[in-house]
Amino acid sequence: MAKAANPEGPSVLDRPNSYIGKLVPRPNLERLMQGRGLYVSDIDLPRMAHVVFLRSPYAHAKILNIDAEAARRAPGVIAVVTGEQLAAVITPWVGVLSHLKGLKSAPQRAIATDLVCWQGEAVAAIVATSRAAAEDAAEIVAVEYRELEPVTDMRTALDAETPVIHPALGDNLAFERRLDAGAVDSAFALADEVAEAEFVFGRHTGVTLEPRAVVADWNTAEARLTIYQGTQAPHMVQNIAALHLGLRESQVRVVCKDVGGSFGIKVHIYADEMAVYALSKLLRRPVKFVADRVESFNTDIHARDHRCKGRIAVMRDGTITAFEIDDLTGIGPYSMYPRTSAIEANQVVNLVGGPYVTKNYRARARVVFQNKNVMCQYRGVGHPIACSVTEGLVDLAAAKIGMDPVEIRRRNLVPDDGYPCASPSGLRFELLSHHASLDKLMKMMNYDALRAEQAALRGKNIHRGIGIASFIEITNPSAAFYGVGGARISSQDGVAVRLDASGSVICQTSISEQGQGSESLTAQIVGSVLGVSMERVRVILGDTDNTPYGGGTWASRGAGIGGEAALQAAKVLRRNILDVAAAILQSSSAELDIVGNAIVNAGDGATRIELSELARIVYFRPDTLPPGVQPELMATRHFVPREYPFAFTNGVQASWLEVDTDTGFVRLLRHWVVEDCGTIINPQLVDEQIRGGVVQGLGAALFEKCIYDERGQLTNANMADYLVPMSGEMPDIDVAHVVSPTAETELGAKGAGEAGTAAAAAAVANAVNDALRPFGVMISEIPLTPQVILTAMGRI
Amino acid sequence: MTRQVPISLTVNGERVEAQVLPRLNLADFLREHIELTGTHVGCEHGVCGACTVRIDGEIVRSCLVLAVQTHGASVQTIEGLSDSGEIADLQAAFRDRNALQCGFCTPGMLMAAQDLLISQPEPDRDRIREHLSGNYCRCTGYQAIVDAVETTARARIGRRP
Repeated sequence: MAKAANPEGPSVLDRPNSYIGKLVPRPNLERLMQGRGLYVSDIDLPRMAHVVFLRSPYAHAKILNIDAEAARRAPGVIAVVTGEQLAAVITPWVGVLSHLKGLKSAPQRAIATDLVCWQGEAVAAIVATSRAAAEDAAEIVAVEYRELEPVTDMRTALDAETPVIHPALGDNLAFERRLDAGAVDSAFALADEVAEAEFVFGRHTGVTLEPRAVVADWNTAEARLTIYQGTQAPHMVQNIAALHLGLRESQVRVVCKDVGGSFGIKVHIYADEMAVYALSKLLRRPVKFVADRVESFNTDIHARDHRCKGRIAVMRDGTITAFEIDDLTGIGPYSMYPRTSAIEANQVVNLVGGPYVTKNYRARARVVFQNKNVMCQYRGVGHPIACSVTEGLVDLAAAKIGMDPVEIRRRNLVPDDGYPCASPSGLRFELLSHHASLDKLMKMMNYDALRAEQAALRGKNIHRGIGIASFIEITNPSAAFYGVGGARISSQDGVAVRLDASGSVICQTSISEQGQGSESLTAQIVGSVLGVSMERVRVILGDTDNTPYGGGTWASRGAGIGGEAALQAAKVLRRNILDVAAAILQSSSAELDIVGNAIVNAGDGATRIELSELARIVYFRPDTLPPGVQPELMATRHFVPREYPFAFTNGVQASWLEVDTDTGFVRLLRHWVVEDCGTIINPQLVDEQIRGGVVQGLGAALFEKCIYDERGQLTNANMADYLVPMSGEMPDIDVAHVVSPTAETELGAKGAGEAGTAAAAAAVANAVNDALRPFGVMISEIPLTPQVILTAMGRI
Repeated sequence: MTRQVPISLTVNGERVEAQVLPRLNLADFLREHIELTGTHVGCEHGVCGACTVRIDGEIVRSCLVLAVQTHGASVQTIEGLSDSGEIADLQAAFRDRNALQCGFCTPGMLMAAQDLLISQPEPDRDRIREHLSGNYCRCTGYQAIVDAVETTARARIGRRP
């Protein structure tokens, strides 16, 4: 795609020595590889106390009494604080957004006061001189509970005989959305074939290797709270902490150093984190909380617990004429704050059928409360559900009419020249490349040869399957995501760049880093635009005192939004530098360029003056500049998408696997991804985002599930029993790209962080069903454990 | 209250004398008592591998070893392996291949990878994947790590006399 010409000179994409599109190692990896990073759990401050939370063993219970007298006298204990005591310092919150019409939730407190609503909800905070001392004391806090009937099964949560978790809300329905587009009834009535299934998705969680952790430091003399937290959205944390502690935002500083994995887990604000902020204020000293792994499983948000009935109408020529879904999801007892827990179901409604032409689509989604841990946005938010349902239905339709799964997609994917266009749910697509991506995938995986191999192996009782899944991904969200609903979550980002006195560049950005490469992509863009080598660009992020205001890194937005702000800021600085250079050199800025850390002649490339020398003159000998020249060697720009609410990306994945029909074990043999995220700033970073995302999707497909019993007890809340992908069972993943830049920005980049997760499980599920086709078995449940497979095959 | 026990050991070649409670595990001892925070605590029950260190040449999960058990032993952590230059080539391969994202698992991963390369200089990809299966990574999907270890193995073989 041709980009609009940059009137100010060559585009950053094709400047000499550009880093855009180049494989450049990320800066500052040595720190992490030598064990010299600074994660929250590494932070140690003077007078710092440690907090341990006593958590409810029941899913649903009344707190009758808390006796903490013995614990308060235990060695090392500084305070034992209950919910009532903490309520004097911090106000409760309700996780709703006004654009999700009808969404309701109950006030949630930092520590429960009289009612506990899930196993793991905090009932008291034990603060001591060490974590071990606090844990010892926690054991002797006596809490008297009266257990209540827990609401655990989402399917009966709305029944009249089921207890209502929050009586003031009237029922257990948090949110419902209906959509009816086109002529669905007539499409089904006129269809040659109709296929349907109920798709079941296991509840799983992010399992960041570093548990959630926070150090809150209230300095009572400054009347200022510093929060050290591994968060994806520092300014959001600043706003929320200030709001509920009764402080001005300027009284709260959020510092985010190294973050040990996030994936959406660390984009929320948890009750226990609120409690830590409040405890620091209450106790006038730094307080540190580091979740242990059991707490992580019981309190880090869960995701994906959906049961979705789906129907598809198809004609014998392969034309898909309608989709219909009825989605049900259980989100725990509260809608999370401040992003809410209705977003995933809302996304499912938005995204089902998204890659395909048909305009006939009906959907209902219901979100219900239950006495389990809270659910909220985790990498891919709704995409894996929507993709698995859509692609599962497309494969079912293909099987009904005896058509190859690739062929039915070719006949129904929105044509590559059909843009811009909109989906039945109203999503607007600027430019996607489903067919180019599918064509590329076919070549990469050598589809026909693989089909032949599959057929040959079946004769030897070896059952291999191929699964295909096309997808769309929401990236670069505008204010349409949260801002319009009243949440103070910024959708714009800002970048400030300045040339320092030695000719190096300091760049402050509001996007954050959790290993994706935010720092690298910012330095690559700034270095490219300025003509400065990357090692001279220092990027500062993750500090509300020292960066422009902005959203942070989530929803695949860092490169597309923060990257564009960096580009625009660097362009202004470049112009300012050239103006100064022109004054020094008695030339004109149009005749000059910056290449290789020096001002050069635009015409012949001859070096005129090093940037370090220019900076020396500006900062130390401004008296030698011509009269009236006031250099501005710092520039700030912000960016937010305005034309499209979201920059959609697209792609297609394929899985090749083998099912052992005796044991039910699935062996992943190969996985392919073709993806289109527009301009690629650093191919290695993009590819590794894709691979990492795929593997999280493969975990969901085969292993990961939070297993609750009927009393709401999480029975596998440890890493030995909750299975995540290990290196030995993961396949190599081939990644390729089609490039359709967004014209909304000069950079043209869209997001890539969630594409891998969006379709990996769908591809695997389709491949397992493809492998089992000779057995007449169709499975629509993940994770596809040996038990699920053998049960479906009637073997156990 | 249980009494503290004196221990004497070397950590990264440096002699350390300390008084510790018998229940203190090695990971907490390294992180909190001698402030070597490169050893990470991910699960505290011996599954994730983030706390992998070497004791007398063998890799162990430091969350499953008590500090008192290291009396008289030689402990090496990621800081020690980095400073000695022993794994400089492996670290360079990780950097060039972007084999780390958040970096939390990386110290343990490097420990485990170096352990493999010492015991088996020419591992194939399956062997590398198997050996690293006790070290969880949630970011990379493992392929880049396997690539980096494979590259290092080949380069080391090429450098042999």
